[in-house]
Amino acid sequence: MRQHAPGTESRTTQVVLILLALAFLAFFLVMPLVAVFIEALKQGIEPFLEAVSNPDALAAIRLTLFIAAISVPLNVVFGLAASWAITKFSFPGKNLLLTMIDLPLSVSPVVSGLVFVLLFGAQGLLGPWLSAHGLKIIFAVPGIVLATVFITFPFVARELIPLMMEQGKDDEEAALSLGANGWQTFWHVTLPNIRWGLLYGVLLCNARAMGEFGAVSVVSGHIRGETNTMPLHVEILYNEYDFVGAFAVASLLAALALVTLVLKSVLEWRFDLHSGARH
Amino acid sequence: MTSIAMRKPRWRAPSVLPGFGLTFGFSLAWLSLIVLIPLSTLFLKSAGMGWHAFVEVGFSDRAMAAYRLSFGTAAAAALVNAVFGLLVAWTLVRYDFPGKRIVSALVDLPFALPTAVAGIALTSIYAPTGWVGQFLDPLGIKVAFTATGITVALIFIGLPFVVRSVEPVLADLGLDVEEAAATLGANRFQTFFRVIFPAIMPALFTGAALAFARGVGEYGSVIFISGNMPGRTEIAPLLIVTQLEQYAYNGATAIAMIMMLISFAVLFTLNAMQSARRRRLGS
Amino acid sequence: MNTLPIHRRMFLAAAAATALTVSLAGCSGGNKSGNSVEITNVSYDPTRELYQAINPAFATYWKKKTGQDVTFRMSHGGSGKQSRAIIDGLEADVATLALAYDIDVISKKAQLLPADWQKALPNNSSPYTSTIVFLVRKGNPKGIHDWGDLVKPGVEVITPNPKTSGGARWNFLAAWAYGRKAGGSDAAAETYVKQLFSHVPVLDSGARGSTTTFVERGIGDVLLAWENEALLAEKKLGAGKFEIVNPSISILAEPPVAVIAANAKKHGTEEVSKAYLEYLYTPEAQVAIARNFYRPSDPKIAEQFATQFPKVNLVTIDKDFGGWANAQKTYFDDGGAFDRIYTKK
Repeated sequence: MRQHAPGTESRTTQVVLILLALAFLAFFLVMPLVAVFIEALKQGIEPFLEAVSNPDALAAIRLTLFIAAISVPLNVVFGLAASWAITKFSFPGKNLLLTMIDLPLSVSPVVSGLVFVLLFGAQGLLGPWLSAHGLKIIFAVPGIVLATVFITFPFVARELIPLMMEQGKDDEEAALSLGANGWQTFWHVTLPNIRWGLLYGVLLCNARAMGEFGAVSVVSGHIRGETNTMPLHVEILYNEYDFVGAFAVASLLAALALVTLVLKSVLEWRFDLHSGARH
Repeated sequence: MTSIAMRKPRWRAPSVLPGFGLTFGFSLAWLSLIVLIPLSTLFLKSAGMGWHAFVEVGFSDRAMAAYRLSFGTAAAAALVNAVFGLLVAWTLVRYDFPGKRIVSALVDLPFALPTAVAGIALTSIYAPTGWVGQFLDPLGIKVAFTATGITVALIFIGLPFVVRSVEPVLADLGLDVEEAAATLGANRFQTFFRVIFPAIMPALFTGAALAFARGVGEYGSVIFISGNMPGRTEIAPLLIVTQLEQYAYNGATAIAMIMMLISFAVLFTLNAMQSARRRRLGS
Repeated sequence: MNTLPIHRRMFLAAAAATALTVSLAGCSGGNKSGNSVEITNVSYDPTRELYQAINPAFATYWKKKTGQDVTFRMSHGGSGKQSRAIIDGLEADVATLALAYDIDVISKKAQLLPADWQKALPNNSSPYTSTIVFLVRKGNPKGIHDWGDLVKPGVEVITPNPKTSGGARWNFLAAWAYGRKAGGSDAAAETYVKQLFSHVPVLDSGARGSTTTFVERGIGDVLLAWENEALLAEKKLGAGKFEIVNPSISILAEPPVAVIAANAKKHGTEEVSKAYLEYLYTPEAQVAIARNFYRPSDPKIAEQFATQFPKVNLVTIDKDFGGWANAQKTYFDDGGAFDRIYTKK
């Protein structure tokens, strides 16, 4: 029965399985990606450049960058704090806490937008108070930031928690017994250990922050040049029959996704080297 | 150090490491501020509408059809992803082929690509005038604007969850067990189904469940391709938006609440299962 | 102690971000400063091109008249959605929506403008009107000439969802008017409309989505559309690929405009907002309106564009459906006619 080494398949089976996997990926992942770029450049480079340099598009790009620049650092701080508390200590209710942190991942983005409308909208719980004090959250930049922070909430923590759990706390305990204080331990021992995982989390968090659609769509108000993020701008252009424009802006986002993937692969590679050295 | 540990609340196991109060306190505060308080408005709002009204709008015919569609397509997509995700993970872990690193990177594309971009791209591919749609349409196969289209979008969204859950487990799985099985006379299929599959089953299940949970709530990529027919291709998140747009806050809240409870149950079960497994493996 | 700065840096970063957010919140509200003024116009989907033409013209007009620079913030979306956004706190100075009910709701739920807002400007506060027509593919291959042809076997009809789209509600009522005329009763009308909706393969959430489905995706044989959307699609999108069919009966669609008084007062933009809407009735704006395929309310301008807008037998919302409040309740609210059509298969 066995013509080949135990634990492996025959070369033919391997090739068939590989081809099957590649075909699946090509069909479901590569084709949409390629479609974006082809549709964007369908009418040549001129309309493409025109679409991405349009003032509304530029405003959308600026807003998207601004939102990522706020929400990513906030989630880094939270991710570090939460994973420290969860992985270095044991306390009851940890599963519940983990689930709470994961919650934004599986709550529909639309629901995440909705809760902020229920809370801060003019008819919401805090709406009248905000309005009386001249504060605007919903249909303004703060609402978009809040929704984005909510959506990307678990990203950094989820990368760090398994990593730090695996690394245990021996290194930190050693550092403490050598006389380092808490911050020194964190800065010189923990952080170097987790830096690649942290970067990885930041990358995913950033990609999602820039690309979020559902939640942001509910709280944005869609004012051109002001509260339109890039994904919302894509939708608007799409609805204006400006398909080249829509796909042009979409292709910027797709390019961003590709950059994220490349960086991520580089990180993975370094991370493998690093953890390989550790073991 | 001991004195620090002594001062900590007694309900957690003692540890020599500092910073529990600060990190735990900050995490809890930030979690409450960003996630829990906003989500609790859903509970408040639902509580305010009364049980009867809640059931009436939350389980109306239209809402039930939307749940069926959302959960059905998400389950179908999770199933497809479980099969093909396992296949992809398997080839990435076990085999060598040119461009493997690129393929591996590509698997994460759905995490990185904004959902709205995926939505318009998939629509332009599967619409009757699209790249693939033009070949399927004469055969009478409709993808865009049907439940099939929604499933295609959810397969896209969910794939990396399965691959990334299964991959590490598969990589950790020593070849020695398989070799032992083979030595004992098991053929490759027997080895796979009796030895490998049970070992990766929990991870596969976790991945598929994550893909499912994500698929149930997915909005951006689906609305472009779904067709939005009430009772037929209207997904639950879209129904929430629709309710919101017709000022039916109660309806939106009730549906959102039901979806959130289901998500929470799925996630909590997963985390509990995982930590149970960790405990089992640890002991 | 030397490690404290890390701690502080992190908190400073968070604090700075928060401060930035709050300060942004504060300043995004300023609408009037010195010699310039800003109007937020929250409108429905198909008016993009129209206001792109009118806004610069009004800016010039206002500059000449008062010396003040006026800039615009435009927001477009489904009419119901936009109305909801205003109720939830999107601070529109003026609302230019698809139907009166969507502005009534703002008055009723958020009390941002008086209940009799529709009397503030001529023609029920509708500077332009439109109607519902059929857009069919070149050569009219399915031979569609009137509402009755829509329910023939094999005909696919594209219309947006009346629950969310203003245009779709006009579509629905126009179909109802035909059903009532042809069958002689509301029961017959309901049967007809139910039959009609069984021919609808895709129900987009907005008029724009439907046009895209029909024009770009190639789905359906006939699009029920605003006349202005149909003309736009026929002339600009797919020149020579589509034809407009005027049915024997349709509805006079009156998309109203209103100053959202409370917001304008808050921003100090009452005067310019009012002038902006009044400007829509001037001959200059009326020509722009006609050029963007809306029916001008000014009879003289309408005369000039008579070839573009054929005479159609039109029912009206007030005479034939007892006004929007009534129509909304009877047909579109939960449990109304539309729900009956969709739930009882």
